[in-house]
Amino acid sequence: MTDSTNVTDNVPSSATDERLLTTDGVPLKQKLAQTTRRMRMRAFMLTVPLVLFLVISFVVPIGQMLFRSVHNTAGTDVAPNFAAAIQKWNGEGLPSEEVFELFAKDIMASQKRREIGKTPGKLGTRVNYEFPGSLSLIKSAARKFKKIKEGPYKEAILKQNKKWANPTLWRTLKRVTRDYSPSFYYAALDLKYDPDENLVAADKIYQIYVSNFWKTLRLSAIITFLCFLLAFPVSYLLSTLPLATSNLLMILVLLPFWTSLLVRTTAWIAILQSKGIINNILVFIGIISDENRVQLIYNQTGTIFAMVHILLPFMILPLYSVMKTIPPSYMRAARSMGATPFTAFRRVYFPQTLPGIAAGTLLVFILAIGYYITPALVGGADGILISNLIANHIQKTLNWSLGAALGTILLVTVMVLYWIYNKLVGIDKLSFG
Amino acid sequence: MASGNTSADNAYVRFEKVQKSYDGEILVVKDLNLNIAKGEFVTMLGPSGSGKTTCLMMLAGFEPATNGEIYIGDKSINHIPPHKRGIGMVFQNYALFPHMSIGENLSFPLEVRKMNKTDSEKAVKRALDMVQMGDFINRRPAQLSGGQQQRIALARALVFEPELVLMDEPLGALDKQLRERMQYEIKHIHENLGVTIVYVTHDQSEALTMSDRIAVFNDGVIQQLSSAESLYEHPQNAFVAQFIGENNELHGIVEEIEDDTCTVKLTDGTTVKAEKVNVDNIGDKTLLSLRPERVEIDPTGKMDALLKGRIEELIYLGDHIRVRMNVAGNDEFIAKVRNRGDKRDLKEGQSINVGWAASDCKALDG
Repeated sequence: MTDSTNVTDNVPSSATDERLLTTDGVPLKQKLAQTTRRMRMRAFMLTVPLVLFLVISFVVPIGQMLFRSVHNTAGTDVAPNFAAAIQKWNGEGLPSEEVFELFAKDIMASQKRREIGKTPGKLGTRVNYEFPGSLSLIKSAARKFKKIKEGPYKEAILKQNKKWANPTLWRTLKRVTRDYSPSFYYAALDLKYDPDENLVAADKIYQIYVSNFWKTLRLSAIITFLCFLLAFPVSYLLSTLPLATSNLLMILVLLPFWTSLLVRTTAWIAILQSKGIINNILVFIGIISDENRVQLIYNQTGTIFAMVHILLPFMILPLYSVMKTIPPSYMRAARSMGATPFTAFRRVYFPQTLPGIAAGTLLVFILAIGYYITPALVGGADGILISNLIANHIQKTLNWSLGAALGTILLVTVMVLYWIYNKLVGIDKLSFG
Repeated sequence: MASGNTSADNAYVRFEKVQKSYDGEILVVKDLNLNIAKGEFVTMLGPSGSGKTTCLMMLAGFEPATNGEIYIGDKSINHIPPHKRGIGMVFQNYALFPHMSIGENLSFPLEVRKMNKTDSEKAVKRALDMVQMGDFINRRPAQLSGGQQQRIALARALVFEPELVLMDEPLGALDKQLRERMQYEIKHIHENLGVTIVYVTHDQSEALTMSDRIAVFNDGVIQQLSSAESLYEHPQNAFVAQFIGENNELHGIVEEIEDDTCTVKLTDGTTVKAEKVNVDNIGDKTLLSLRPERVEIDPTGKMDALLKGRIEELIYLGDHIRVRMNVAGNDEFIAKVRNRGDKRDLKEGQSINVGWAASDCKALDG
């Protein structure tokens, strides 16, 4: 087979050769890779800015968020020596004199340093998440410990406040001074530690996150379904009307899309509020009395109204783009074969719109599940979604770790739903237009 | 099959004074009267926008007739919705349902007719065998080639045994060779099943190959309705002569009329004899139509007309040679010279005589 590349060779020997060679004797695959390398390099270079942008603006922040949800250094920042020492404590009774001494010295040192983010108050806040009432104890400790001139520290501290004698407090301190802990996830799932360090359901009034997750899923599903109901006929109309008319209609669909989200949402306030347009009309035509105006906003109804309106184009556009590609001859063929208009629609037209329906519902549902501004403005107390709670922790309570844990759970939920969706529908069948 | 005119009495499909307008201003179909006999293969042939597809859509029920009546058998079908008309239809893009297998596509019309499963399976198999596609029953339409999809579309239109089948340019998307093969197949299926077929196309060779009768449409009016042969040999007006086959045109004025022949003075002053078709008066403008293959170059026998010409261009086409020449001031005058062993020595720029029989030269409306 050594002669297989000889061009003067009349026998087509390459048929028996496993590797195809060029006339120069170079393996064909290698040669092909060589000639297309430049092309592939150029294609890659074109994607570099986007890849960098995604890494900086997407991968890194999300990674940080995931990390922050399990990583909290409040303990080691404020009391590094104590944090190391208490981990050796077996959790029975009270820690030893040595641990008490390190605690007092660390607290005093941090009080003296006055470093932002590393004051005793920081540790107090962290402990307070899991052991309510300990913030003031630790803050005041920073002042009171100064009075302790010499050991034994344990005795002196216990004498200052009898709360220090509670073993649960020290067990909590042991837990929160670890840099890595799953406790924010437990909090996000409405769980807490009981005095014996067992995970139990949080007190009723603190159980807000799981129910809010369910509410977010439920409202998103309702919004998605309503969007589908409203969008399907409009998309059908858009795809069948003559071009001039359908263009006009398309502009009407897109007009809200181009308007500021804030403006649209506030418009809904004007329409839905109890002295708003709808209520005024209902009172005017006498359906309801002036005293019994309907509460349409600052509750779940308001959130649903406004979000259906805002997310509708995301359903219409994929549906429209799919329907546009279904030639009218399919329906005609079905009719000519004896199918009634309804059967023709159900058996022939509707199944072909499934890629658009799948894309539209996925898009609307995922957008709805993470929606923030509209529920914040029109949701009131009842109509807020999980994103509003996350924002609350990031902006107001500054419990970033809990916010990050909630955000991570939301992310995982969406990914799981997406995975199920992919199994059911097949993501390659989607058509976003 | 009846090639003469089908009378209203034995007509199966009947268009009576049918008019159609989409916008209330322009008539797309103007006063259409057409009788189609049972078992006949009628083709509606015409350029795009001539109203032929509109007629088919009115017959299928997808477009209402603005005026007039359409009958199938004795019944007016104007108010019967498409799904109750029982008409099979083949579309240009095949319209096979992409989300169903071939088998499901074919059983669809049977299913909506509530046929039981065993009968339905038999009928589907029979229809698939008819188009030699029996092995493809479990495939999806997207897995088939254009020609195969066309066969399936045909089988689907026939599987519920309709008495009338409409075809809307069904071969338009196929390449030339496949198109020709399918033409024969459709022709044979028609012969075997005896169904009535109304076929729409803009391709004249398709129409000539398959049809019993051809209705040539232009401008919303049937220009001529007759067999392929008579369309070609005896065009009734200038449009038909130009639309069907190749055609040499010579303009002139009628000088004399005598029974079926007339004498025409051409624009360059020469006079020729021609068959009178639709010129009525002396002094009328006329268009003489002459098929390229009926023109003789340097004729040896006696000819009714003999004109001088000059060869402008020769195109070698294998079985014949196209000779473009200047005759009577028209330099687009074409003659086809059969490629025989005694190859004649023709050269560009050469002066020659051209001649033809008066019966081959039709004097039409100018």
